[in-house]
Amino acid sequence: MSAVSALTSTQRDDLRVVAAMIVPASTEYKVPGADDSAIQADMIATLGRDTDVVRAALDHLARLAGKPLADLDPARRSAVAHEFRASGGNAAATLTRVVLQCYYRDDRVVRSLGLELRPPFPKGYALEQGDWSLLDPVRTRPPMWRRIS
Amino acid sequence: MPPQPLGRSGARLAKAMNKLGWHWWPSDTTVATVDYEGRARCINLGHCTPGCAQGAKASTDITYWPVALRAGIELRTHCRVREITTNEHGMASGVVYYDKDGVEQFQPAEVVVIACNGIGTPRLLLNSASGRFPDGLANSSGLVGKNLMFHPYAQMYGYVDEPTDSNRAPPTCLWSKEFYETDPARGFVRGYAFQFGRGVGPVFEAVASEAKGILPWGEDHHRMFRKLNGHRLAVSAICEDLPEEHNRVTLDGVLKDSHGIPAPRVDYTIGENSTKMLEHGIARGKEILAAAGATNICVNNPILYGGWHLLGTARMGTDPARSVVNEWGRSHDVKNLFIVDGSVFVTSGGVNPTSTIQAIALYVADQMKQRLANLFD
Repeated sequence: MSAVSALTSTQRDDLRVVAAMIVPASTEYKVPGADDSAIQADMIATLGRDTDVVRAALDHLARLAGKPLADLDPARRSAVAHEFRASGGNAAATLTRVVLQCYYRDDRVVRSLGLELRPPFPKGYALEQGDWSLLDPVRTRPPMWRRIS
Repeated sequence: MPPQPLGRSGARLAKAMNKLGWHWWPSDTTVATVDYEGRARCINLGHCTPGCAQGAKASTDITYWPVALRAGIELRTHCRVREITTNEHGMASGVVYYDKDGVEQFQPAEVVVIACNGIGTPRLLLNSASGRFPDGLANSSGLVGKNLMFHPYAQMYGYVDEPTDSNRAPPTCLWSKEFYETDPARGFVRGYAFQFGRGVGPVFEAVASEAKGILPWGEDHHRMFRKLNGHRLAVSAICEDLPEEHNRVTLDGVLKDSHGIPAPRVDYTIGENSTKMLEHGIARGKEILAAAGATNICVNNPILYGGWHLLGTARMGTDPARSVVNEWGRSHDVKNLFIVDGSVFVTSGGVNPTSTIQAIALYVADQMKQRLANLFD
C-alpha cells in the first residue's frame, strides 16, 4: 500500500481539517497551520506504524461528525473536535501526536521558534559553565551517608 | 574528568536547592567531557539516549566491546539462547541457541556467564529446567524470577521565565541524595534520589504538553507553546523499590517467541513503601520547582517511559536457601554458572543501575580470575 493510499480521500480531508483546528495558521507568529500542504504531505508520508491507529481515529472522528468535518459549521466542528479528543483515547492521542510532531519539525515553524535549521551534529551546541561557587554550601555540609564499618 | 557544565538549567536548579538547604551535586552522565581513549569530548548534541554521533557517550559498543574483541572474544550477534544444558555432574555443559539464520546450534562451555538482566535471566534459567533441575536451573531456593524490582519514578516539571538548556545538552544536569537514607518520620524505609532534567525539544514539548492538557488546540496554541517551549525544568524522584516475592517473572503458559521459546510473564504491583516514597518525592519535587520559580507544574506518576529497570530476580546472598548466586556471582546450585546483571540486586537502590551492574560484572570477573584454581569448589 502506498503512503498516499493509506488514507482515503475523505480521511485525508478530515485530517487536514482537524490538523488546522489543532494548530491554526498565525499571521502574528508568521507560521502556517498544520493543514499546510507540505506538513500534510509529511504526515501522510511518515505515518508508518501509526497508520492503522490514525485510520481508527479518523473513523471515530467521522462517526462523531456524521459528515465531512469541513461541511460542519464552526460551532459544531468545535464541539465534535472537543468530543473527539475527550473520547478518542489512544487513537486520538496518536493522531494528535502525528500532527504535532510533523508540524514542529517543519523548517518554517522551527525558524519561527528562533531555532537554528541544522542537525546537532557535527557542530554541537554551547553550554554555559554556570557559577560553580553554587556548590560551596554543599561542600560545607556534614557527611550525610552511612559509613561502612 | 570534569563534570558537564551546569548550564542555565543546572544553575537555576542549584540555586533553588541552596535556597531550600538541600543536597545536590553535578550529575554523572556517562559522557566524556574531555577527549578520552579515542573518544571525542561531548559537544552537547542532546540526543544521548538513542545514540551519540560524537562518540562521547560511553555506550558498550565503543567501550567494553572493542576491548573484548581485541582480546580475542568472538561476538555472535542476532542469536537467541534457548536453554543452558547440564551434564551428569550437575555442571553447566553449554547452551542451545538459534543462530542468525534461525538454525539451532549447541555451544559447549566450561563456564557459562549470564547477562540477560532481570527478565531475560530468570526466563533463561526457568527454560533450562531438566530432570535434575525440574524447577529451573539454579532454582533450589525457588527464588529465580521472584523479587522483581523496578524503579518507580515520579517526574515533576514546570516552566520558568528564562530559557533553559532545552534539548541542547545531555538531559540530566544534577542529582540529589537529600532524601536517600531512611528517616522513620517519613513513613517509609529507604529513600530516593532526585534527578534533574535540563529540558526538552519542541516536538517532545508539544506532544507532552498537549497530552497533559496545558497546550490548547486553536487560536491560543502558538502563544502558549512559546511560553512553554525551551522553558521547562524537570525533577524526578527515582525510588528504591524493595523485594517482594509476589512481584515476579514466570514463564507464560501460552506465549512463545519467534523461535518457539516460552515467553516471560511479568507480575508486578508497586508496593506500599514505594507508593509512599513516590508521594513524598512528588511533594518535595514541587517545592524545588516552586523555589526555582517554576509555574504550570505538572506531575507524571509513575512515568511510563523510563525507570523500569529490571532487577532482583536472581538475588545474591550467602544463604543458598534465600538467594540464587553467592556473594561473588556464582550460582549456589551450578558451580560453573555465573550471573553478572541486574537480577542479582537485593534491593534496587535509588539510582539508575547501570554503573552498579558494571561494577558487579567487573567484580565477579575479578573474583573468577582470583579463584581460578578452585573456581568450582
